[in-house]
Amino acid sequence: MKIKLYLVGVSAAFIFASLAKADDGYDAPDGWPSPIVEHNQGTAQFDRLEYSIPENGKDAMVWDFQGWYGGDVNRMYVKSEGENIQGDGEDAEFESLELLYSRLIADFWELQGGVGYQGGVFSDDHEERTYGVIGLQGVMPYEIETDVALQVSDEGDVSASFEGEYDFRLTQRLYVQPRTEIAVAANEAEEFGVGAGLNSVRAGLRVGYEVTRRFAPYVGAYWEKEYGETADLTRASGDRTESTGVVAGARLIF
Amino acid sequence: MARSPVVSRPFSRRQVLKGGVALGLGSAAALGLSPAWANPWGRSARSTTYSYESEEGPSVSLSIRRESLPVAGQEARPITINGTSPGPLIRLKEGQDAVLRVTNLLEESTSIHWHGMILPPGMDGVPGVSFAGIAPGETFTYRFPVRQNGTYWYHSHSGLQEQLGHVGPLIIDAAEPERFRYDREHVLLLTDWTFENPASVFRNLKTMEGFYNFQERTVADFFADVRRQGFSDTVEMRQMWSKMRMSSRDIADVTGSTYSYLLNGHSPEENWNALFKAGERVRLRVINGSAMSYFDVRIPGLKMTVVAADGQPVQPVPVDEFRIGVAETYDVLVSPEDDQAYTIFAESLDRSGYARATLAPREGMQADIPKRRRIADRGMEGMAAGAMGGMQGMDHSAMSGGGMESMDHAGMSGDDMESMDHSNMSGGDMESMDHGNSDGMSKEKAKTRENGMLVAGEAQPGSRYGQAGIGIDPDERRVLVYRDLKAFAPWPDRRGPWRELELHLTGNMERYMWSFDGKKFSEVNGPIHFEKDERLRLILINDTMMEHPIHLHGMWMELENGQGELIPRKHTLNVKPGERVSALITADAEGSWAFHCHLLYHMEAGMFRVVQVS
Repeated sequence: MKIKLYLVGVSAAFIFASLAKADDGYDAPDGWPSPIVEHNQGTAQFDRLEYSIPENGKDAMVWDFQGWYGGDVNRMYVKSEGENIQGDGEDAEFESLELLYSRLIADFWELQGGVGYQGGVFSDDHEERTYGVIGLQGVMPYEIETDVALQVSDEGDVSASFEGEYDFRLTQRLYVQPRTEIAVAANEAEEFGVGAGLNSVRAGLRVGYEVTRRFAPYVGAYWEKEYGETADLTRASGDRTESTGVVAGARLIF
Repeated sequence: MARSPVVSRPFSRRQVLKGGVALGLGSAAALGLSPAWANPWGRSARSTTYSYESEEGPSVSLSIRRESLPVAGQEARPITINGTSPGPLIRLKEGQDAVLRVTNLLEESTSIHWHGMILPPGMDGVPGVSFAGIAPGETFTYRFPVRQNGTYWYHSHSGLQEQLGHVGPLIIDAAEPERFRYDREHVLLLTDWTFENPASVFRNLKTMEGFYNFQERTVADFFADVRRQGFSDTVEMRQMWSKMRMSSRDIADVTGSTYSYLLNGHSPEENWNALFKAGERVRLRVINGSAMSYFDVRIPGLKMTVVAADGQPVQPVPVDEFRIGVAETYDVLVSPEDDQAYTIFAESLDRSGYARATLAPREGMQADIPKRRRIADRGMEGMAAGAMGGMQGMDHSAMSGGGMESMDHAGMSGDDMESMDHSNMSGGDMESMDHGNSDGMSKEKAKTRENGMLVAGEAQPGSRYGQAGIGIDPDERRVLVYRDLKAFAPWPDRRGPWRELELHLTGNMERYMWSFDGKKFSEVNGPIHFEKDERLRLILINDTMMEHPIHLHGMWMELENGQGELIPRKHTLNVKPGERVSALITADAEGSWAFHCHLLYHMEAGMFRVVQVS
């Protein structure tokens, strides 16, 4: 229910923002079309859709999706990351599913805000929470694709995340992509295995080949480590706090 | 015309018979599906008509359709005009009153803009500015007095229709004998064809930066540069570009990865033939009717003499090569003495492809096709532009000493170096730098009037009329530059400018937003105002790192290229990255006129304004 309310709010904000356009460059007679008509655009992409094989533990299907629709300045985003651990008898889990209003605030930067959901995709196999999110997505100098976000959950838990990735071009179609994710939290959320302070650092390296601009299969490896209270919680439940693994998947753009 | 279910025929039977008789050719098959005017024999100066059907004025009827025709040997669905794509050659005569009836048989609105023609505002053919457009099933009659002559073209001004081949040549024969003589003429219309839907091309540009660029810098380029110019210089150079989040290989937005470059509707493989008889002087009317592509045109083995630019006569300039921006036209004379074939080679600016035809004494001949040059990296001028545009505070340290030095090594021609000081001047920050060491500057100052404006015809500081632009090595061969263009006599209005109007060409590469003064068409309030009959200096400052062909409808732009009173006049001005270009305009055409970048997708993205003269 709460999610629905958020949705309505965000959509309304988006519509108002779209309507707030300046006048046309010319006062033509009624019935004449505008010489230049702008149309909204949209795209959807799985930046990562991969099968992950950790050194220890169970394999997983992992996705990192984002799609947007809108104009040059105002856009709506849907972002989602999650995984389905194979053979654990549980449903897939959204680590995040977010609906965001986004506004271009500088040449390379979008300010984004909206609502998010964490929990099971089809079932209540996983702990659930909703949260508000505000973030900044864009390209840093040196062409590093960046996404930083601050989340406040319905329980009042505050956390933040940073994602950065860079495409290193070996040939016109072959690329190496280092990426990193850092998660921190202001307070503990035990049911989600999150402690206060630095939670985890993830780093990965993928080598992909652009068969087309829209389809690039890749292979890669990752390393992940948890820190502080988060690591303590993990250790308490008998799991490892550091892991490495290999992945194979594809980048898909629609 | 009867429509065949398989392929609609470009010629009526009558046309084919007439053509066949005239040329002694057996069948239409020999002609392929080229537009009727793209006849290998062109037009003899002695005859009054093309050997083949072209649409002769003053009265012409045109039907616009979408139909299946092969392009570059593949099935395609271009927009056709009287059954061909590109459309028929329309030939009018100076002094006529043209009556052009255009019937829209498409399922959407269409239009024809007569590019470069001086005519009443209601006849200019821009939907929303000159008229409402031509609705499906409707016929619109364009009527205007023809008071000029030369090589022009026409195209749709509706949406992205131009990309579908809705273009054609428009030739106006002079009432008085021209200043040069020739025995035969050929029209060479350059276009860029894609089998993709133009709306998809636009979406690709909008949603993924560099979608069509398959000549990006790679690790291999990096090591090659390290070998050539050393590690630290290479790193410094790459760092600068990377810091600006830009690509030095961003030469063309849409490239040969999707485009087939066509000459008179024919791909390089189809090798269209332009025939001549040895010893003849041949006039080539070259028109760049592309949506997005600049070309460098040359005919190895032949000197070309440029005799007209944008339809207007210029004093002859012998060149080996010329760059033609989108929507520009050049007339050149060539005199092939030998009974041999010559390749007409039009290489795209980013070197991702070429259009080609053969100038030959007999059909079916061909000559060597030159090797394409390698893509060039943008030099400092592009960087400076980037700094001016998006990132005001960009470190000027990068441009001082160290930066310049590394630039020198980066394999750019000396010509780019020269450009450096100029391009910075548009920003103002580094103006002092140039003042300090330039004699040219003090001379220019001396020519400044009391009101602070340059004398009419003087080149603006920051202009680079002496350079053809990126990817051209001026030492390799003689290349046409804007400074070469010189009129025979002053144009009628010899008044100096009363005022100056500055417009910045701006963009956001990452989002594919293009604009004037940072505002897209959807963001501006009202038109640009020209006072009726005023004499105005329009100054265009390119803050982006791409070339923009800027086109003003309804009035000439007299390009102040330093030729004093003999300045050339043009309908489309190529403004290079970081460059500052000026033109004098006599605002004598009352009404509303389009003013825009002629790169189709830049215009569509918002690089468009309405000029109102009142």
